[in-house]
Amino acid sequence: MLKKIVILLFVTCFACFNTVFAAESGGMPQLNPEFWISQIFWLIITFGILFIVLTKVILPKISDNLETRKSQILENIETADKQKEESQKKIDEYEKIILDSKLKAKSYFNEAREKILDDINKKKAALEKDLDEEISEVEKELYDLKNKSGEKINKIAAETSAELIKELIGEEVNSSSIAAIVEDQSKINKERKDV
Amino acid sequence: MYQFNVYRIGPEIKLGSVDISFTNASLFMVISSLAILIIFNLGAKKKTLIPDKLQLLSELSYSFVAKMISDTAGSKAKPYFSFIFSLFMFVLFCNMFGMIPYAFTVTSHIIVTFVLAAFIFIGVTIIGFMKHGLGYLKLFVPSGVPMVLLPLIVVIEIISYLSRPISLSVRLFANMMAGHTMMKVFGGFVISLGIVGGWLPLSFSVALTGLEILVAFLQAYVFAILTCIYLNDALNLHH
Repeated sequence: MLKKIVILLFVTCFACFNTVFAAESGGMPQLNPEFWISQIFWLIITFGILFIVLTKVILPKISDNLETRKSQILENIETADKQKEESQKKIDEYEKIILDSKLKAKSYFNEAREKILDDINKKKAALEKDLDEEISEVEKELYDLKNKSGEKINKIAAETSAELIKELIGEEVNSSSIAAIVEDQSKINKERKDV
Repeated sequence: MYQFNVYRIGPEIKLGSVDISFTNASLFMVISSLAILIIFNLGAKKKTLIPDKLQLLSELSYSFVAKMISDTAGSKAKPYFSFIFSLFMFVLFCNMFGMIPYAFTVTSHIIVTFVLAAFIFIGVTIIGFMKHGLGYLKLFVPSGVPMVLLPLIVVIEIISYLSRPISLSVRLFANMMAGHTMMKVFGGFVISLGIVGGWLPLSFSVALTGLEILVAFLQAYVFAILTCIYLNDALNLHH
């Protein structure tokens, strides 16, 4: 395979040279000066016109287009940036508002709670005061009653014992001595109770 | 080598004693220039923000050449943009029109490329002397070379500078001529080997056509970029 390719290349090269040299029997057309001046002349004319038209008319237009596009794109980017900033500002504002309202809500809630608690406490205190007053009144009454009842009992006991003695003996005993005895007895009772 | 023959089209035109008749070479120069002008004029006409195909083509070519110039010769070469642009487009279109079968390749003639290269060479030399005066001669004296070698180096530099137009013109001319000759040879093979063996050179021919289109672009690009490099030497003395 490789041999074949090498041989083929050889043949190709040989043929190539053959053709070239065969054609060159009349000399390379490039080295024939017959039309050199004409070629130079037309080259200068065509290239000159091309150069002048490109320089004066076409290239400024293209560079203008490119410039305007560039500036347009830059402008657009600028406005986009501005709008982005604005939207960011708005977002910040919005978040601030939300935060503020949250704080406000919290404070309102706290206020309300405190008020209610205060109310509750006040009412509770008032109620307790009332209750205490009532309780103390009742206790006082009870105490009074208790004290008075003791005296009354003693009195009644002295009176009844005086009458009983009168009935039994038919003689009047000194009421003060009876009262003293009753008092002593009730005192002893009381001490027993306390113990 | 029939394809490289220049022949008269129409009557013989004489300016004094010189023959400046309109030939097939002139015809293809005119066609190339007109094609460039038409395409770029159409591309530059519309001024839409989002370009259509032709506008995109012209704008891409514009920025391509602009980038090429600014990359190789810097911002000082901006005034020469339009010349390099026309040069690049002219060579490119001449090369590309030469790829059409039966067309004539303008750039396959040494006289055409040599005139272009000589014009560039003379222009660049004038620009160099105008910008730097006699200081432009420093181009031939590279810095950091030992004194012993200096005479030799200067001679070599001068020779290389003077051979610029020749190398520039011969590069383009030889590339175009060799490519077209190769194509012709392989085309001839297809005929001579017939239906049995002709397929291999035919496929070669097809591949070569692609290669030649690449070369046509590449040589135009090389021509333009070498011009830029020479211009760079003249504008910014690096040595």
